[in-house]
Amino acid sequence: MQLARVIGDVVVTRKDENLTGIALLVLQPIAADGSPSGRTLVAVDSMGAGVGETVFFVRGKEASFPFYPTEVPADAGIVGIVDHWDLG
Amino acid sequence: MQIGQVVGTVVATQKHAKFEGAKLLLVQPLTLDDKPRGTAVIAVDSLGAGVHEKVLIVMEGRAAGEALGRKLAPVDAAVVGIIDTVDIVQ
Repeated sequence: MQLARVIGDVVVTRKDENLTGIALLVLQPIAADGSPSGRTLVAVDSMGAGVGETVFFVRGKEASFPFYPTEVPADAGIVGIVDHWDLG
Repeated sequence: MQIGQVVGTVVATQKHAKFEGAKLLLVQPLTLDDKPRGTAVIAVDSLGAGVHEKVLIVMEGRAAGEALGRKLAPVDAAVVGIIDTVDIVQ
């Protein structure tokens, strides 16, 4: 899993029926120091995250597990909203 | 998922049986400012996306197979949405 900042959202009317009602958010992955790191991506959200929040997300088919038994066609999903993180 | 733009269609008479009847699109992944990013990918489409449309694509095998609605399909990318708008708040 990786840290990311939610920087936007995507509106999609015509979509796979298993994506109905699921929020799609634009994520910018961030490094441990909070700076942007790597490519932006779109993720499904099962946590109710909002723009500006820091989250962690999972890549792969596992992104659909929070929606089980609905087989959501997703390859990235927000699975936690970060309160804070500390570097040792 | 990635944001991309449909730049073409792919026709292949000889293909794996699981592709039978599936529409194949050439999709160019985009950055958030709509510039091409990386190599165009071939994605299966069951939504009826057209050339020039912005789409949401999954780039992972099992998710793409689900979008196609076929088990054990040898695919790794699929169109799962046709994008109306992308709102970025920086």
